[in-house]
Amino acid sequence: MAERKPIKGVTIERTEKLIDETLAHMPEKAQKKRAPHVGANEPSVSSCAVKSNRKVVPGVMSQRGCAYAGAKGVVWGPIRDMVHVSHGPIGCGVYSWGTRRNLMQGTPGVTSFPLDFTSDFQERDIVYGGDAKLEKLLREANELFPLNKGLSILSECPVGLIGDDINAVAKKMEKELDKLVVPCNCEGFRGVSQSLGHHISNDSIRDHIIGKYEFTEKAGPYDVALIGDYNIGGDVWAAKPILEEIGLNVKSIWTGDGEVEKIAATHTVKLNLIHCYRSMNYMCKVMEEKWGIPWLEYNFFGPTKIEESLRAIAERFDDKIKKNVEKVIKKYKPMMKEIVDEYKPRLDGKTAMLFVGGLRPRHTVGAYEDLGIQITGTGYEFAHQDDYDRTAPEMAKGTLIYDDVSEFELEKYVEEFKPDLVGSGIKEKYVFQKSGIPFRQMHSWDYSGPYHGYEGFKIFARDIDMAINSPTWGLVKSPF
Amino acid sequence: MEKSKKMRQIAIYGKGGIGKSTTTQNTVAGLASLGKKVMIVGCDPKADSTRLILHAKAQETVMDKVRELGTVEDLELEDVLKWGYGDVKCVESGGPEPGVGCAGRGVITAINFLEEEGAYTDDLDFVFYDVLGDVVCGGFAMPIRENKAEEIYIVVSGEMMAMYAANNISKGILKYSSSGNVRLAGLICNSRNTDREADLITALAERLGTQMIHFVPRDNQVQRAELRRMTVIEYSPEHKQAEEYRTLAKKIDENKMFVVPTPLEMDDLEDLLMEFGIMEAEDESIVGKAENE
Repeated sequence: MAERKPIKGVTIERTEKLIDETLAHMPEKAQKKRAPHVGANEPSVSSCAVKSNRKVVPGVMSQRGCAYAGAKGVVWGPIRDMVHVSHGPIGCGVYSWGTRRNLMQGTPGVTSFPLDFTSDFQERDIVYGGDAKLEKLLREANELFPLNKGLSILSECPVGLIGDDINAVAKKMEKELDKLVVPCNCEGFRGVSQSLGHHISNDSIRDHIIGKYEFTEKAGPYDVALIGDYNIGGDVWAAKPILEEIGLNVKSIWTGDGEVEKIAATHTVKLNLIHCYRSMNYMCKVMEEKWGIPWLEYNFFGPTKIEESLRAIAERFDDKIKKNVEKVIKKYKPMMKEIVDEYKPRLDGKTAMLFVGGLRPRHTVGAYEDLGIQITGTGYEFAHQDDYDRTAPEMAKGTLIYDDVSEFELEKYVEEFKPDLVGSGIKEKYVFQKSGIPFRQMHSWDYSGPYHGYEGFKIFARDIDMAINSPTWGLVKSPF
Repeated sequence: MEKSKKMRQIAIYGKGGIGKSTTTQNTVAGLASLGKKVMIVGCDPKADSTRLILHAKAQETVMDKVRELGTVEDLELEDVLKWGYGDVKCVESGGPEPGVGCAGRGVITAINFLEEEGAYTDDLDFVFYDVLGDVVCGGFAMPIRENKAEEIYIVVSGEMMAMYAANNISKGILKYSSSGNVRLAGLICNSRNTDREADLITALAERLGTQMIHFVPRDNQVQRAELRRMTVIEYSPEHKQAEEYRTLAKKIDENKMFVVPTPLEMDDLEDLLMEFGIMEAEDESIVGKAENE
C-alpha cells in the first residue's frame, strides 16, 4: 500500500512537541505512564510504537468500559433470539439495555428479546449466593418466552466475588430446559478494559455454542460468515447484500441481528470475513485451528475500501466470484461518484480527529479520505498492539496516535490540531460542540447509519457534510 | 442513682474450635448474674453463639429471616431479637452454609440492621460480639470497625496454632487501632491442660503488651451443662467452674487495661514456643528433604 501523502502542517516534530507540552501538565508518575501510549505516526515502521492494553492511569478521565460491558454490550446483546441475563444487581442490566443501537429484526418477546433480564441481586443473594435464584430465573424466563433459542448468563462483579458457580447452573439448566444455556464469567473487575469481556465471550462461544448445530441446507462452496459486525445503525443490512450480490452465501452473522443456532453452525463455512478484529479475532483463530476455516479482514467504509476488500475477498474464490466482484464494483461506481461529486467540493482539504473503539479508528479513515478529509489524529479506547500495527499504515506521517487518551489530553490535542471534525463518543460530544467544533458520535453513528457498504457511504457523506458545513458553527461564540 | 454509663462493646476472637462461644456465653451469664444488662451478637454463620443462653438448638438468625422475607427492609427487630437467661438479649447474624455466598456480607448486613433498628438500647452495659474463628474477609472485621467494639479479648490455649492465631488477630487489631479506638483488652486462656500453659500464655500476653486476664481451667462440668444447652452459671451456680466464669466476668467488668498490641514477628513467636518446649529448634539442613533422601 502506498504511503499516505503528508498532511499540511503535520510533522513528527510538531506532534512530538505537542505531546510533550500536553503531558507536562501531568504529575511526573502519570507522565511517565502516559508517554508510551502517545506518539507521532511513522507509517514505514512495521510495528507501531504506541503501547496499549494497560491499566488506566489513576486520576485521568478515561472512556473505557469493563469486561461486562464488552460481553453484554458488544458480543451478546446483538444476538436477537437469545435471552441475555444480567446476573447481579440491577444497575449493570439496566444501563446496558438498548444503549448500543445494535438494530435487530423480529417481534420483541417472540422472535427477538431486546429486553432486560436481570437477577436483581439483593443482600440475601450476596450472603446466600445467587445460584438458586438464577436457576429459577432461567426457568421462568424460558416459560415466559418459550420461543427463545437459548439463554446467556452474564456475570456482574458480585457473582465473581462470592464465588457463585454459574457454570454448574448453566450445565444443569441446559439439560432441564433443552436449550443452549451459556455461562459467561465476564465480571467487570477482570482485565483493564472491555476488551477482556470480548475475549471471555469468545471463549464462551467456543466452549458452549460453536459446533452444537448444523445448517439445514447442504454446505456450499460460497458459504461465508460475517464476523464482528454488530449491526450498529443497520450496518449488517448494508453489508450483507453486497456479499450476496457477488455470489456469496452469508450463512451467519456474529453477532449483529444474530441468530444463535446459525452462529453455532458456523464451523461449516468456507471463509470467515471479519470486520471488528479486536472483538472477534479469537473465535476466527479457533475456527481456523479446529476446522481449518481461513479468515479475512475486510472494510466496507467508503468506496475505495469497499473495492479493495471485495477484490481481496474475490481472491479467495473462483472466477465466478471474481467476475461478479468486478460487475458489482462497476455497477456502484457511478453512484459513488455522484456522492463524491456532491460532497467532496465542500469537504476537500478538511481534517478530522477520531477516538473510538474496536476498528473504526482505522477502518473509517478511507471513507473520510474518499470525501477529501484527512485524519490528523486517531486512537482506540481498548486496542492491543495488533490494532495499532494495522493503524500505522492507514495514517499519514507525523499524525497523532493516542491510546486510551484522557479527556484532558484529547482536548489539548484538538486545541492544537484544530480539526474541522471530531468523531468520538457521547462523553466527548458536548465538550467539543460547546467549543464550536463539529462533532459526530462515532460509536452509535449519532442516531444515524448505516455507514457500511455502498448504501452506508451515502448516509455517511451526508452526515459528515451536515456536521462540518452546518451554518450553526458560525453562530457559536465559544468562550473557550 | 445517676444513670450516666457508657455501653461497653466487646468482641471475642480466637482460633476456630478454641471455645469462644462457650466462654462468651458463660462469661455473659456471669455478668448477668452480677446484674449487668448484656446483648450477644453472634457473628458466625454456624449461629451457635446464643444457644446456651436461650436453651435453643439454633436461634432464628437475621439472615435466615432476610432470606425468608426477601429484603432486609421487611425485617422487624422482634423477629430476630430474643431474651434468654438473666435477660440477656440474643441475636445471631447467621449466613450461608460453607461453600456458597458471602458470610462476611451477612455479618455486615446483620450489624447494620441492628444499628438501624435500635437494638443498641441505652440500658445495655455490655454488647458481646462472638466472631467466627478465621477472620477471612472484611465482613468479620465489622465488629471492630469504628463505633463498634473497642475492647477485644482473644481466647487462646497453650497449643501452638491457637497462639499463632492470637498473634495474627493482634496484627489485625494493630491495623484497626490506628484508624479507631479498638484496643486489645486481654487474653483469656481456655485451658487444654498443656504443659506450663498459664506461664506460656502469661509470657505471650506480656510480649503482646497485654495481660492474661484469666486462666479458665478445663472442667467437664462445662460439657455437662452444654448437654442441657445451659451455661455452667445457670446449670450449677455453686460449682467451682461457675465461680471461675464469675471471676472472669468480674475481671472484665473491672478491666482498665486496653492496649494497642505489639504483635510478634514469626521468629520471635517461634523462639517463645521453643523456650517453653512447644516447638523444637528448626534444623535448616533437613528442610525440603524427602524421608528416604
